[in-house]
Amino acid sequence: MMITILLGTLVVIRLMSVSQMASVLSGEDEDVAQKRDNSMNSIGMMLFMVIGLALMVYMTIKYQPFMLPVAASVHGAETDFLLNINFAVIGVVFFITQVMLFWFVYKYQHNKNRRALFYPDNHKLELIWTVVPTIVLSALIVTGLREWNKMTQGHPDDGMVVQVYGYQFNWITRYSGPDNKLGRSYYKLISDTNPLGIDYSDPASKDDIMTKGNEMHLPKGVPIQFIFNSRDVIHSAYFPHFRTQMNCVPGMDTRFYMEATITTNEMKGITKNEKFDYVLLCNKICGVAHYNMKMTVVVDEPAEFSNWLKGEKKIIDAAPTAELEQNNTTASTVNTEVAL
Amino acid sequence: MEVRDNTHSGHAVAHDVHDHGHDDHHHDHHQTFITKYIFSTDHKMISKQFLVTAIIMAFLAMGMSMIFRLQLAWPDETFPFLESMIGKWGKDGKLDSGFYLALVTIHGTIMVFMVLTGGLSGTFSNLLIPLQVGARDMASGLLNMLSFWFFAASSLVMFGSLFIEAGPASGGWTVYPPLSALPQAIPGSGLGMTLWLVSMVLFIVSALLGGINYVATVINLRTKGMSMTRLPLTVWAFLITAILGILSFPVLVAAALLLVFDRSMGTSFYLSDIFIGGVPLDHTGGSPILYQHLFWFLGHPEVYIVLLPALGLASEVISTMARKPIFGYKAMIGSMLVIAFLSFIVWGHHMFVTGMNPFLGSVFVFTTLLVAIPSAVKVFNYIATLWKANIVLSPAMLFAIGLVSFFITGGLTGIILGDSALDINLHDTYFVVAHFHIVMGSSAIFGMFAGVYHWFPRMYGRMMNKSLGYLHFWITIICVYGVFFPMHFIGLAGVPRRYYANTAYEGFDQLININELISVFAIIAGVAQVIFAFNFFYSIYRGRKAPQNPWNSNTLEWTAPVEHVHGNWPGPIPEVHRWPYDYSKPNAKEDFIPQTVPYSQTPESNRPGDF
Repeated sequence: MMITILLGTLVVIRLMSVSQMASVLSGEDEDVAQKRDNSMNSIGMMLFMVIGLALMVYMTIKYQPFMLPVAASVHGAETDFLLNINFAVIGVVFFITQVMLFWFVYKYQHNKNRRALFYPDNHKLELIWTVVPTIVLSALIVTGLREWNKMTQGHPDDGMVVQVYGYQFNWITRYSGPDNKLGRSYYKLISDTNPLGIDYSDPASKDDIMTKGNEMHLPKGVPIQFIFNSRDVIHSAYFPHFRTQMNCVPGMDTRFYMEATITTNEMKGITKNEKFDYVLLCNKICGVAHYNMKMTVVVDEPAEFSNWLKGEKKIIDAAPTAELEQNNTTASTVNTEVAL
Repeated sequence: MEVRDNTHSGHAVAHDVHDHGHDDHHHDHHQTFITKYIFSTDHKMISKQFLVTAIIMAFLAMGMSMIFRLQLAWPDETFPFLESMIGKWGKDGKLDSGFYLALVTIHGTIMVFMVLTGGLSGTFSNLLIPLQVGARDMASGLLNMLSFWFFAASSLVMFGSLFIEAGPASGGWTVYPPLSALPQAIPGSGLGMTLWLVSMVLFIVSALLGGINYVATVINLRTKGMSMTRLPLTVWAFLITAILGILSFPVLVAAALLLVFDRSMGTSFYLSDIFIGGVPLDHTGGSPILYQHLFWFLGHPEVYIVLLPALGLASEVISTMARKPIFGYKAMIGSMLVIAFLSFIVWGHHMFVTGMNPFLGSVFVFTTLLVAIPSAVKVFNYIATLWKANIVLSPAMLFAIGLVSFFITGGLTGIILGDSALDINLHDTYFVVAHFHIVMGSSAIFGMFAGVYHWFPRMYGRMMNKSLGYLHFWITIICVYGVFFPMHFIGLAGVPRRYYANTAYEGFDQLININELISVFAIIAGVAQVIFAFNFFYSIYRGRKAPQNPWNSNTLEWTAPVEHVHGNWPGPIPEVHRWPYDYSKPNAKEDFIPQTVPYSQTPESNRPGDF
């Protein structure tokens, strides 16, 4: 609200000075009027810069408590660190260039008796401001790509396999069970009782566990290999607190490796918020209820997680007999390839 | 001066000039209302047609944004006027969640294509290319006229799609399939989407007809002495923009055509393994990601199609009003060429989280961050131009400076989004919304405002009111920063874009104050544009009569008579003897030397490298 009032006042001040200008303008020599306009506006520029930069700093501090809490995943802590370095670099460049821009506009106001400096180029200067950004950017590229490679390629293929499946407008998660393999699925097998279209003739499906509805659980400190898909349109599985996001694309599988580092209970302490919960949101426009497509994520200690998982029913135990006996000759597509 | 008749339609033009060269009135022909204002082939009239159409479309799209800003800031309030305005979509004063998506979709489409592509390139390429290179008109007046009429038809179809039963396209302005391919997925993907596609194809025809014309004119119709290295940076920007458009828009046609096939002919280019509305579809083997590759192959160059003309206009305005040559003229051209080239190999940065091969992602990170180098060069050159300048702060100059400020702010956050590891958490959040609205939306619209204020005297022969211009500038720049800067914080808090209400996650509730702040600024900004519209339309009829060269500028357009004539110059086309940026040359009589002044007339100021 403070900001609204401050900026509102600024607007009113400008309004007043402009109306003054207009009245002055009517009976004056054009040179004098232009001089007045120049000085009013360049003072405006300085005020705008100083107040604007001050407000930006103020907002950055004020809004800190609203920002995402500390990253709750291994890679997230690293990308956050990288993000802060990037912000520091661009922040410095931002301040220097904006201050120069507005300061020059203020300082070099028009004066009839003066000429601008005829200074069409300077190869040395141009070389400097080509090479310096190149070096800084190279550093950012190298650090960024190192992190990217680590996240995407440095993982063993043996994380706990969890499927996240999007549909209008909810999520389903499937745990691969002791064999750590998801049973095959095929979209034409989807039914009310088999929402993932699982092919029960695949032995790998026998120990799969599905949770549908409002909650998924993840163990702390265990590498997880997420496999994402969708049955209808593109969704995007976005876990802001884990700094994790991947699109769910019908007809192909996408993957993401991560390891949670903070349990929900620990996070409640960190955020000093008893009601804190991790969340999975849909972050790709997917239809009219896009904004409501979410699931609560609970990170447990590994032991708690195993207990919870034991309590969940195997998919195959809940499947109607008719579907189990169905001959799955139609299930010709094996849906577990990594998509490029 | 040598007479040089260099248009294809030279005979007709020579005829006009002969007949009416001494006529004080501006009726070049015995033109009827229809040939003069509607089916005009005169580039100056066509440019005004583009501008006025774009202004109307911009108000429409801005009005839409104000409606969805109301929803985002005050989700629990009801606004009874909505029902009278948009009928069933605002039943009982509550905005419908599907129509919310339609609003963001059409807002984006109109702003990106109709306003910042058609409106910006169409207006200023048309006005300035022939006048600044010294041509009687565009290479083809007919194609130019068609370019406008395809644009008008496209705008009309887009506007018309707002009135159909199921509502307009609502899958986001990028219209990713399968959402945009399946009416079962969202109501807007029925007839609304069909109309969107029709409108886009018409638009692309317009962009291509215009682009080919701009390139041909710049290459072939330059007046004597106007070598490529004497072209104003505006013309360079329009030329590069037109080439980008010619190379990238056809790919969007391909993307759209395949989408049409998938929608109506049962093909499976983008569709595979879909179960929707309780039934499995027969489509198999397609890839929705293919569409994204095709779309962004246009979509990324499109960013520069929007931005480069604005930067070109700003270069010209800044140099003229700073009374100082643009710093690093050749570096400015070089950086535009590098940006244009790179713009074709960075599209993948829109797709880091689509599951693309991580190695491919790395390549796109590399090329994307390279774009920052020529962009940085441009910014430093603008700042160097202002150093020790002699700055006249006209409204156009203020907008040009605002553009540079936005270009810095928005460009810098692009460094973060272009870094794939960081993009994962920011992709599709409000951080992205903030980034592109500042760097592409606001920069480009400020470039457009700078262009309108600066060249209005050339378009309408009258001046716009300066005080209103200043008022418009100050309210707009404060509000634009007020709207888009806080969005960075919302994005960093993890709020996804295109959410009808941020009620899904309890943690987002505390952000409602920021959203209110943004909406207040957005509404003030919207209202402030009425000042501009009033100033614009009022000045057309009542503005102070423009002098021949109101800004003491060097470029050729200011040598043409204030009252428009067909063929631009009543006598021979002026010849060019020097580059356009001889401002404040030491020892010169005045602080500017127009391009038409030969070196032989300025012995006092000539420098060793000039010849």
